[in-house]
Amino acid sequence: MLADDLRGMFYIGLKDLRAYYFKPPNISWGILFPFAFILAFAIRNPSDLRGLVPGLLALTLLFGTSSMEAIVIVFERRIGALERLLLAPVSLPALLAGKLLGGMVFGLTVTLVVLVIALIAFGAASVNWLVLALAILLSAAAFSALGAFVSVAVKEVFEAQTLANFIRFPMMFLGGVFVPVDSMPFALQVIARVLPLTYAVEALRAALIGGGLADAALDLLALAGFAAVLFALAVRVLAQRVE
Amino acid sequence: MTYAIQVTGLTKVYQTDKSGPPLRAVDAVSFNVSEGEVFGFLGPNGAGKTTTIRMLTGLARPTAGNASVMGLDLAKDVTRIKKRIGVVPEVSNLYDELSAFDNLVFAMQLYGVPRAERKVRAEELLARFRLSDKRDAPFAKLSRGMKRALTVAAALAHRPPLLFLDEPTTGLDVMSARNLRQMIAGLRKEGVTVFLTTHYLEEAERLCDRIAIIVKGRIVALDTVDGLKADAQSKTVVEVTLADVDNHVETRRVEGESVEAAARTALAPAEGRRVLAINTLRPTLEDVFVKLTGLSAEVMLAEKGGKGQSNAGG
Repeated sequence: MLADDLRGMFYIGLKDLRAYYFKPPNISWGILFPFAFILAFAIRNPSDLRGLVPGLLALTLLFGTSSMEAIVIVFERRIGALERLLLAPVSLPALLAGKLLGGMVFGLTVTLVVLVIALIAFGAASVNWLVLALAILLSAAAFSALGAFVSVAVKEVFEAQTLANFIRFPMMFLGGVFVPVDSMPFALQVIARVLPLTYAVEALRAALIGGGLADAALDLLALAGFAAVLFALAVRVLAQRVE
Repeated sequence: MTYAIQVTGLTKVYQTDKSGPPLRAVDAVSFNVSEGEVFGFLGPNGAGKTTTIRMLTGLARPTAGNASVMGLDLAKDVTRIKKRIGVVPEVSNLYDELSAFDNLVFAMQLYGVPRAERKVRAEELLARFRLSDKRDAPFAKLSRGMKRALTVAAALAHRPPLLFLDEPTTGLDVMSARNLRQMIAGLRKEGVTVFLTTHYLEEAERLCDRIAIIVKGRIVALDTVDGLKADAQSKTVVEVTLADVDNHVETRRVEGESVEAAARTALAPAEGRRVLAINTLRPTLEDVFVKLTGLSAEVMLAEKGGKGQSNAGG
């Protein structure tokens, strides 16, 4: 059973990457969109370009993992292709984990491109690689699970895009990408603390300035928690939808 | 006798509307399907055919009753059952972006077909379904008939001993439907058990060893084609074709206790008209179906969007 699930998860993720993710429009969207936002802020405040890198990485992860993830399940359900996966000897959690895998691998790939450019530009001397790797992986998992939850919660592709943007855009401005959370009014700080992007930005910031695992532990735990809760919710909603 | 499917009291109740009464989509159906048999499941729209398939393939949980598929308990062993069945849904649902070859390989990957066998098996299926020249074409670019054939091929990719076919030829042109029927007939020779739902009565008559007719969630008849016809043959049917002086032709079909009685009734309005033909008819599966469901084959096809046109030629 476990072997069936692991195999199914792997090949579903691989199929999604080939069929949906690694297409030119998707790649350009995943990379250009975060760059465009950061560039706009950099032009306004060119003195702190380095300080924008954690936010740039977090945004790339958010959009890279969730943009396609948010529509792929609802799309496959509409055309009947999801039924093909449900008929396979693969459990529902493994099926959904395969979907997450596709989103995560794509998000990690585009983030790697952005990371390499950032490290060339600003240097890698102060980077804590372990914390960086954990922060990127857990952020990708949390954002991919967010995309999957959006995708199973709606019935139409356009609804998925609307809901995903409804969640992502406020998160982008409240998650500490452009303005540190601590400098926000208290009410907004409270909201920021329930957003996974906030923890992604803080964990990435800690990693890039050489902070230790202890410095980022709470952020990493929060990201793992978001990933687990959103994944469990997505499995539950999908189970209700397909019956 | 070994059964591929054994069903007892299988029931599915949906609560479609919170304030309304629950809908009994499938109502305590019981039947067995022998290994190697082509078993037809006939019925009008909404009769419960697809719901029955969805329960037997693990896509929907039965409300009551039990079933075993390939000797495995549906309630306990659904994952193992899934490994032993192939399913062709009503809509061809492969991946538009993947080629014909890659779609088959993906189907095999999901079912754990060893890597060394996948390529050979995919090429073999493409050849068998006359799709070798479309090997690298994306699924989206195939004709409707080719898509259907490839969907059947994908369902057979892991060599399941039991195949569920839900309306396999609906919407196909005559030649594509004929090719697909030949493939289904070929599966029987290989010993594959086939569970087939169809709106085409001629198709069911030609392909199936036994047929169950389901109406409003209940099986109202289950027998061989000849057995079903024998049940409907309690009366003789006579068909007469008459022409009036203006050569307007009318065909009348009349049932009677005997040939003489039926012929007398059929010929009653013949005064002043020429009798062009008079035939006694054996009942068709359509007669049986009409008798049991009250629906004509034309109505059933029209429900399905077939506008009364059958593709069952050939």
